[in-house]
Amino acid sequence: MKYIDEFQDPELARRLLDDIHSTVTRPWALMEVCGGQTHTIIRHGIDQLLPEKVELIHGPGCPVCVTPLEVIDKALEIASRPGVIFCSFGDMLRVPGTGRDLFQVRGAGGDVRVVYSPLDALRIAQRNPDREVVFFGIGFETTAPPNAMTVYQARRLGIRNFSLLVSHVRVPPAIEAIMRSPSCRVQGFLAAGHVCSVMGVEEYPELAERFRVPIVVTGFEPLDILEGVRRTVTQLERGEHTVDNAYPRAVRPEGNTAARAMLEDVFEVTDRAWRGIGVIPDSGWRLSAKYRDHDAEHRFSVDGIQTREPAECRSGEVLQGLLKPHECEAFGTLCTPRTPLGATMVSSEGACAAYYLYRRLDLTPAAREATPVV
Amino acid sequence: MCLAVPGRVLDIEERDGTRMANVDFGGVVKEVCLEYLPDLQVGEYAIVHVGFALQRLDEESAKQTLELFATLGMLQEEFGDPWDLAAEAAGTLPPEGEGARR
Ligand code: SF4
Repeated sequence: MKYIDEFQDPELARRLLDDIHSTVTRPWALMEVCGGQTHTIIRHGIDQLLPEKVELIHGPGCPVCVTPLEVIDKALEIASRPGVIFCSFGDMLRVPGTGRDLFQVRGAGGDVRVVYSPLDALRIAQRNPDREVVFFGIGFETTAPPNAMTVYQARRLGIRNFSLLVSHVRVPPAIEAIMRSPSCRVQGFLAAGHVCSVMGVEEYPELAERFRVPIVVTGFEPLDILEGVRRTVTQLERGEHTVDNAYPRAVRPEGNTAARAMLEDVFEVTDRAWRGIGVIPDSGWRLSAKYRDHDAEHRFSVDGIQTREPAECRSGEVLQGLLKPHECEAFGTLCTPRTPLGATMVSSEGACAAYYLYRRLDLTPAAREATPVV
Repeated sequence: MCLAVPGRVLDIEERDGTRMANVDFGGVVKEVCLEYLPDLQVGEYAIVHVGFALQRLDEESAKQTLELFATLGMLQEEFGDPWDLAAEAAGTLPPEGEGARR
């Protein structure tokens, strides 16, 4: 156990690991949904500390990675227009669109600004009444409430030059799509803790029952992951499939009711395309009719954009847990954080980036053949 | 971006009809909206995501998490200059095939 001394509480980590090792009798495949969890797992070598019989499959829970190329291209198009101030979170800057990224748009004279909070973008709109300010609203259930509040405030304060380019996604329909896929091997889920901080756990029992799959709400610190794995494996060994909350310090069963109410008001559920995966029914949000004035797609005509995905990039399979990043031919050769082909190599939560940053891999073809890692 | 960081409320004020706070994240202070946790008080801890307090957290777990994030350099990732970080990623990583850094 080479990494265990690096855990915050190595004694507790060892106890959890011992417990997992003594519980497991058969092979199990678990999916961690959240990209933050993927990074923790790879950074701390958790997958290598677990019994060989427990396989962790990386899920689609990276908001930057699943944003479709078409939406990125729309963002790039809007950001390039004169008179526009385009605001975004920092991790969208280098996500490749067709041929360029936001970093390059700014280099070419576009007014692209990075904000810490969507409310900062609203303030920029207040201070620049003669400019159009657009905020790039991507993310899961954790990020949607802040963006919803910002649109609500824009409307309340009568700030007309503010709009949101929306590409929000929801976790439960993604879990359903993964379970329905004929190639699905997932037998248990570590659900994303911070998504559940907002949404609570009410959406999950029905899924757990229908697909007979345990769903354990899990945080993203190293000990949280071990505890999530321990509880999921314990259920699987006992033949159970319930929803269990292993992250109670941050997740109440009802979530954050004020945030949920705001989501209901500002957004409505819609079908969404996920990069590399395709359209998943009811898997996203768009602005509801009441807020259409603040919808950037409505305000700027950006239809008919021609997108082109790099043929070598297999991030769709990576996002569905069908392929490990280093199994992609381009990994570490054509595709690196400096020259990314896909968002999964750029994002701070992307699986390809996690493998590149935290795991030394011998990438010579001979070594690839000889030693499949993980 | 989906990272949510615990922080301690330093002071609270009403701005434009919105409840806002200064929140301390292990030394970095940011402005945070409290509309989703309206009864959060000065001195309490909460999990904050993109400038919004989303859920209360007890002091001990908050401190542990902050300590862990500081050790792992994650506070720098979250609060550092995003243009610097992007430029660094674009230009100063080790050459292809060299593998991991940090
Ligand atoms: S390594 Fe690069 S090219 Fe391969 S799947 Fe990941 S992002 Fe795409």
